[in-house]
Amino acid sequence: MKNRLSLFNVTSLALGFAFLYLPILLLVVYSFNASRLVTVWGGFSTQWYGALFRNEALMDAAWVTVRIAFLSASLATVLGTLAALALTRYGRFTGRTLFTGMVYAPMVMPEVITGLSLLLFFVAIGFDRGFWTITLAHTTLTMCFVTVVVQARLLTFDRSLEEAAMDLGAPPLKTFFAVTLPLISPAIAAGFLLAFTLSLDDLVIASFNTGPGATTLPIKIYSQVRLGLSPEVNAASAILIGIVTIGVTIATILSKRSLARAERNAL
Amino acid sequence: MPPKTSSVGAVRRTFSPWSDPAAVPLIRFENVTKRFGDAVAVDNLSLNIYESEFFCLLGPSGCGKTTLMRMLAGFEEPTEGRITLAGQDLAGVPPYRRPANMMFQSYALFPHMSVEKNIAFGLKQDGLPKADIAARVDEMLRLVQLERLAKRYPDQLSGGQRQRVALARALAKRPKVLLLDEPLGALDKKLREETQFELMDIQHELGMTFVVVTHDQEEAMTMADRIAVMDHGRIAQVATPGEIYEQPKTRFIAEFVGDVNILEGKVIGQENGLWRVETAASPTPLTIDDPDEVLHAGQAVAIAIRPEKMVIRRGAAAPGTQNAVTGEVWDIGYLGDWTVYRVKLASGEILRVSRANASRFVENPIDWDEEVHLTFAPDAAVILAE
Repeated sequence: MKNRLSLFNVTSLALGFAFLYLPILLLVVYSFNASRLVTVWGGFSTQWYGALFRNEALMDAAWVTVRIAFLSASLATVLGTLAALALTRYGRFTGRTLFTGMVYAPMVMPEVITGLSLLLFFVAIGFDRGFWTITLAHTTLTMCFVTVVVQARLLTFDRSLEEAAMDLGAPPLKTFFAVTLPLISPAIAAGFLLAFTLSLDDLVIASFNTGPGATTLPIKIYSQVRLGLSPEVNAASAILIGIVTIGVTIATILSKRSLARAERNAL
Repeated sequence: MPPKTSSVGAVRRTFSPWSDPAAVPLIRFENVTKRFGDAVAVDNLSLNIYESEFFCLLGPSGCGKTTLMRMLAGFEEPTEGRITLAGQDLAGVPPYRRPANMMFQSYALFPHMSVEKNIAFGLKQDGLPKADIAARVDEMLRLVQLERLAKRYPDQLSGGQRQRVALARALAKRPKVLLLDEPLGALDKKLREETQFELMDIQHELGMTFVVVTHDQEEAMTMADRIAVMDHGRIAQVATPGEIYEQPKTRFIAEFVGDVNILEGKVIGQENGLWRVETAASPTPLTIDDPDEVLHAGQAVAIAIRPEKMVIRRGAAAPGTQNAVTGEVWDIGYLGDWTVYRVKLASGEILRVSRANASRFVENPIDWDEEVHLTFAPDAAVILAE
């Protein structure tokens, strides 16, 4: 049976995509605007990208953002992977359901509440707000995403591979590093990229937990926009969109491949 | 396969350590019980397996054979009882310290390693020098005839090739015991038959003890020195394939291994060392030569006769013929090498008789609905005490 797209399907698809991506497309297009006025097209130019790289305040913010994203994604990957292992491997331990719920809660928790509660926590323990508080806050936010991705892979993992490794003389830790880890590594990498991009574009939690000298790019852009639209911000946003798109795409491909491989080897 | 130094048969004919009271078993299960929660997987089971034996655990799924093997490999610990291997008590010994290697039903090849890396994995864990590992890997690849595929990855191999890699990997460490969990289950019929003989050759050549778990009785019969038939966590019978088939101890074994006809009856008595048994199938008592059975008159018994041990002839039996039952042909199944007749007796029972198709053309063959009679020799049947 041929499943051809009807006019109705095409229209609804076009409307949907337009709704989602038209504003973003507009932003990217205007980042190449020669005119200083954000809403008036004055010809094609890449001058704002040049200006952006000369704008130290924006570049500092970008650097802070990348460092926070890298550190928090790394931490989230380690913690998230361990949580996924615990959830899939240790069967029905006491409090498993509670633990599962608690791991996933930050996914659905309103960001304002996560941000606020973390702020209260940091104030309560007297932790000076700044670079590290944002890093920790982002770890809390992104860990659950890593867990979800890694857990999906572990559920299809053939346990007899680990048994075979042990049977051939590898103790449990060796088995984990020689067999389990290489096989779930695409999922872990996917989790890392997801965490990285989430941290990169987070505004709400970052603004709650920021302090002097720790202005991330989203915070910077937001504060600049309040003073008036600037084509430089358009350029910065366009680059951010590019990075996030690439990150998410790679993450998707990696986790799909890892699952497909698991299926192929399931025999 | 490398050329054989001697035939398997030359060794097998004289190999029977189980009947030598002085022989020391390599593996001993002593009153082993394994429970999973309330379910009893293995029930107070004792078993000896000897060095260089090709031993099969045979049984329907859920009979506990896989659990028994996993306890030997170290993936499960017995709830009660003791398992020893070469005199060493295996209690608390983790899988990675046991001198037994396992070939998994799913093969469990490491997908991120090439064929040679898979085979080398166990040797690396032992910390062998690189040159030794390479030499052993080459030797194993030759043994399973996969030299040309050393650099391939598991997902680039066929099912039969994967099976060989799994075998080579399990053999590489030269374990005292090789455990094989349904080793041929994933292969198609032709390949399975060839591989059965190859496994026997490899086992013979290495002189290693093989313990195979299978639900396929033909596989067990072909390969094993001895078979343990398991049922509900217990061993129903341990014997050579010939004994299992010709002298099954219970009705379960007779029915599980091969085809069998069961006639229920009552013992009348013994005459000239032969048992006389009254059945509904035959107007005159049947005569059975089964001297090992100790029976008393009036005892209810089952007579087991294999389909190939009966002769089918046209017409009713002449009066006074020994062990003859009359009926009509109910069904005919032509299998090429055999033809199977299902014969319905006057008493309502349906018996299976098979006849080898020794010649290509049979003039006037026995047809549907014809009246026929079946006869069998007194020593063709076995009496199973109920």
